Amino acid sequence: MGALAIRNIHKTYNETVHILKGIDLEIEAGEFLILVGPSGCGKSTLLSMIAGLDHPTSGSIHIGDRDVTNLPSKDRDIAMVFQSYALYPNMTVAQNIAFGLEIRKVPKAERKAAVDRVSAMLQIGHLLDRKPGQLSGGQRQRVAMGRALARDPKLFLFDEPLSNLDAKLRVEMRAEIKLLHQRTQTTTVYVTHDQVEAMTLGDRIAVMKDGLVQQFGTPNEIYNHPANRFVAEFIGSPAMNMVDAQWLGAALTAQGVELATTDAQRAAVQAHGSAELVYGLRPESIGFAATGLPGKLSMIEPTGPETYATVDTAAGKLTARVPGVLQAAVGDAVHLQWSAEQSHLFDRASGVRVG
Amino acid sequence: MNRLNFHRLILWSMLLLFAAWFLVPLYVMLTTSLKDAEQLRAGNLLSLPTAPTLDAWFKAWGSACTGVQCEGLKPFFWNSMVMVVPAVLLSTLIGSLNGYVLSKWKFRGSETLFAFMLFGVFMPMQVVLLPMSQVLGWLGVASSIWGLMLVHVVAGIPSTTLFFRNYYIGLPDELIKAAQLDGAGFWMIFRRIVLPLSLPILVVTLIWQFTNIWNDFLYGVVFSGADSKPITVGLNNLANTSSAVKEYNVDMAAALIAALPTLFVYVVAGKYFVRGLTAGAVKG
Repeated sequence: MGALAIRNIHKTYNETVHILKGIDLEIEAGEFLILVGPSGCGKSTLLSMIAGLDHPTSGSIHIGDRDVTNLPSKDRDIAMVFQSYALYPNMTVAQNIAFGLEIRKVPKAERKAAVDRVSAMLQIGHLLDRKPGQLSGGQRQRVAMGRALARDPKLFLFDEPLSNLDAKLRVEMRAEIKLLHQRTQTTTVYVTHDQVEAMTLGDRIAVMKDGLVQQFGTPNEIYNHPANRFVAEFIGSPAMNMVDAQWLGAALTAQGVELATTDAQRAAVQAHGSAELVYGLRPESIGFAATGLPGKLSMIEPTGPETYATVDTAAGKLTARVPGVLQAAVGDAVHLQWSAEQSHLFDRASGVRVG
Repeated sequence: MNRLNFHRLILWSMLLLFAAWFLVPLYVMLTTSLKDAEQLRAGNLLSLPTAPTLDAWFKAWGSACTGVQCEGLKPFFWNSMVMVVPAVLLSTLIGSLNGYVLSKWKFRGSETLFAFMLFGVFMPMQVVLLPMSQVLGWLGVASSIWGLMLVHVVAGIPSTTLFFRNYYIGLPDELIKAAQLDGAGFWMIFRRIVLPLSLPILVVTLIWQFTNIWNDFLYGVVFSGADSKPITVGLNNLANTSSAVKEYNVDMAAALIAALPTLFVYVVAGKYFVRGLTAGAVKG
């Protein structure tokens, strides 16, 4: 059995509002699980349930080989970092870090050792006597992580811990969380709505929407084999190009333009039955070439290392992501090319991946 | 520049005028209490005492007649102290516990319960006189200092609950959750996290309750027994006991004695009072 197993979790409020509609997830010890999705998808509710701060209507939660579904938070051997950090304003940094140990009646010498250990790890030794009110956002974030680390928990929970930081600090702290996890190897559940955080931090990602897990897999699987149209569009920036297409029995076309497909895709479409499809292409799969789908450049967005170019074609608007600087101007006639292996096919009605 | 000075002048004169207006009664009380009977008969209200004496104060404190007995305000003063201090502490403590539950441990119906408690803040005191005396009779504490204490605690709970509940609403819920994950229970969180963060509202509530209960006359006159009358009742009896000559100096000294504790509390904790009120306003 894994380090954390979530079995068929349902949550309803007032018997009418269905927040979670049967969640099943399982991860191994030491893995970093990301719960990602738009707001209202139920990811924070699920995290609260793992923490014991909320209770499922049905289903069970296991940590290690224990069923913790009905255990109070304090008996679950978990620690959590909150979005607002939730440091105790009346205590010093050292007292904040040691509070959980103090309540568990850990002897003073051991508490001191734990504070020294985590403060060295997070480089907050010089802040130990300060109150949270005297700290900057990044320092508070570190102290909150220190408080969680001090108890050496079985399971680490993060609730959107970086969303209150500015962009630069966010990238720094993201790297620090990753390093910390590499060092401690503590099983971690991390909630975010940021797909970059999800991709960079996660060993496994659960993409959620409307109280359901849309896809559960490694970052590679999520990115390269999205299970449905929602996952494909949610992960990746700029978002995947989506072209409404029709299967005409032998070829796939959009507005009369034939779209490249592989043998495997054609077989899958034949088996699928419905002719109304969506053809998906990641912006980085598309390149400029001498021949191919003709179009006109309608927008150029340079970012420095790469450039996003939006092209109006007969099949619709397509965004290409090309390295370096694009030597072209808006209005130029261009040709786009891509390989069929890079394309994704989804059913138009249900959004489910076809091939 | 001249214009500005003119405005300043107007402003300052108005402020001084109002200050004087409000201070004149205090001045009259203080000077009268220091005068002797002879100067009182001369009748000049605003004159300074020619031969200042504390005789009136001693008499008011120890030997003035309040009805048939003549022991001054002293016994009433101690009755009030013995009754007010526990009543203030208890009603504040219960209010803060109620506020903690109603803001951080909400349960089904807790909002409705709070709404009903709010009625208690606005309910006129007279409404509860008869039912309360019935209850005190059942409990066997009618006409005693304990009964009076109980009445003040119960009457104070709605407003103390309101103060604390509104203050605690401003404390982030995540603090409570973090403490729960750290292993703290209901009481531990209250004692170690919530109470230490309550200082501003604690001071406001203590002052509020002390002033209200110390200055209360109605409950004091209705629910106290012969030997448990609070100072407000004592003062009333002292001023209403008729003798051959009306001793205004003793009346004034007695009134000042009755007002001293609340004055003292305001002077000592007043700045926390203002700070607490504004802190609540900003954070809440």
